[in-house]
Amino acid sequence: MLKIDGLKVNYGGIEAVKGVSIDVPERQIVTLIGANGAGKSTTLRAIAGLVKPAAGRIHLQGEDITGLSPDHIVSRGITLVPEGRRVFPDLTVLENLKIGAYLRNDSLEDDLKWVYDLFPRLKERSWQAAGTLSGGEQQMLAVGRALMSRPKIMMMDEPSLGLAPLVVKGIFDIIKEINRQGVTILLIEQNANMALRVADTAYVLETGRLTMSGTGDALLHNEAVKKAYLG
Amino acid sequence: MIQKKSKKGTFVALGCIILFLAVIVLLENLGLFMDNVPKLLKPTSQLFVVLKKTAVYALAAVSMNLLTGFTGLFSLGQAGFMLLGAYTYAILTVPMANKDQVYYAFNGSAVKFSLPDLFGGVDTVAGLVLGVLLAIILAGIVAAIFAWFIGLPVLRLKSDYLAIATLGFAEIMRAIFQWQKLGPVTNGANMINKIPTFANFNIENAAGKVVLRLSTFVPFLLAIICIAIIVLLINSSYGRAFKAIREDEIAAEAMGINLAKHKRMSFCISSFFAGISGAMFAMFVNNAQAKPFTTNLTYEILLIVVIGGIGSITGSCIATFLYVACSEWWLRFLDSQTMIGDFQVPLLRPGFRMVVFSIVIMVVVLFFRRGIMGNKELPDLFKGKRKEAAK
Repeated sequence: MLKIDGLKVNYGGIEAVKGVSIDVPERQIVTLIGANGAGKSTTLRAIAGLVKPAAGRIHLQGEDITGLSPDHIVSRGITLVPEGRRVFPDLTVLENLKIGAYLRNDSLEDDLKWVYDLFPRLKERSWQAAGTLSGGEQQMLAVGRALMSRPKIMMMDEPSLGLAPLVVKGIFDIIKEINRQGVTILLIEQNANMALRVADTAYVLETGRLTMSGTGDALLHNEAVKKAYLG
Repeated sequence: MIQKKSKKGTFVALGCIILFLAVIVLLENLGLFMDNVPKLLKPTSQLFVVLKKTAVYALAAVSMNLLTGFTGLFSLGQAGFMLLGAYTYAILTVPMANKDQVYYAFNGSAVKFSLPDLFGGVDTVAGLVLGVLLAIILAGIVAAIFAWFIGLPVLRLKSDYLAIATLGFAEIMRAIFQWQKLGPVTNGANMINKIPTFANFNIENAAGKVVLRLSTFVPFLLAIICIAIIVLLINSSYGRAFKAIREDEIAAEAMGINLAKHKRMSFCISSFFAGISGAMFAMFVNNAQAKPFTTNLTYEILLIVVIGGIGSITGSCIATFLYVACSEWWLRFLDSQTMIGDFQVPLLRPGFRMVVFSIVIMVVVLFFRRGIMGNKELPDLFKGKRKEAAK
């Protein structure tokens, strides 16, 4: 569905991503694990159009989307849940969700109901300012906001960042549920253990290059991965 | 159910506005029906000067708030766009009969038409209403067009740098409009006067006696219509996008909001209404000249926005009234020497008003950190109370 070929991205003068090729098949959960500064976030930002790639091509369902602006990429069905959640703190939960659907002109009723069914907590707090939510609720809102654009692929940047283990488990359950309902997911995580457990396919990224790939299960039991990322 | 509630809110707001306008008309015309009208309600009273100035400044403040408070773009070019509006209005509305007199230094005007005259002249209802209305709208459009071009380079800048660049633009505008070479259009360093003003809207009978005063009603009607349009915009999906940009540019971009396009849109719309308020300013002071549109004017409006609350429309309106009333009216007595019996009250002398005024502003800013209203609107306050009462 999403095919990335030899992606190179320069970031502040240095080459952060040095030729990455990833294949994201439809309806799968694909994860990209790696240490800090391996180039995971930069890869996602390049796919989302927030930074321009220096080389390489990105194809979505056969269409070349390399170098398109973020609004065009969102309207083609790729959405990003940014690192650190980044909800709009002074806007209400409902307003945050509506901004997620900004590029759509049709009725939002069904999607609002869908998001509220996934996250009943958000419905209770729909009139509250997003900045007053807890970290876990803000992550739910960030996911809900991304789902409001009715994406084909949802990319998630470190959804477990700064959350309690129990909350993280809840978030990953939701990710699986969303995937089961037909949304393809590209997930990057430092919490490799959690990510590999849910992933169908996984890639290991080291200083801008892919070093390993395989099914989530295979990597989970791979000695090198165990040593480097699972401890 | 939620929708029903907001519909009710709209009716209440509409009712309040109509009531408010009715009170304005009544206040203005009380002098016509009663012989012994209090001094306050005489047409020459300070009250009406303050009210007219409030209407003009409120629109300027709200338009600045749209940019600063709702889109998070800190621009100090307000005076420049008001100047554009004021000049556009004045140039287009000087009646043909007055042109030679106004442009005496340049042997007449290069603009060979006058909008009110196209519709039958300033003295006819159609000429006045259509001509003035068209000129006001064009004033806004000219300001918006300039904003579009200025925005191309300037909107790439952020926060303080944007403020400095727009400040520079406003100063350049002021210099250009005083340029002698442009005299046939802008009347150079001279003012353009003898233009239709708010007083022209007073209805007179055949003998030339005023039968219905509308000179305060008209600026309020104009300001309220413009502010209502801004409020509708802020509550639309565009308004939500503006707020998202204010809160977090990167997240907004990731949600598919085109930053450059929306920033430019907000900048142009804000300038459009600044241009209209500039045209109203020209009507208020009966002339257009570059002198009042200094950085000082921008700071005055910025002060109003900050005092009222960045991100609150009603806050801006309330702050405008308080600011204008304090500076023009309520603190006037501080400027005149006062005797109580044989005792001369110390400190009261010309200029003391500004000292007290500055202290008042400092106190307000100290005790209301986020302005009078914060980022809440007036109806929110009632809503909060009702909710608490329900508990």
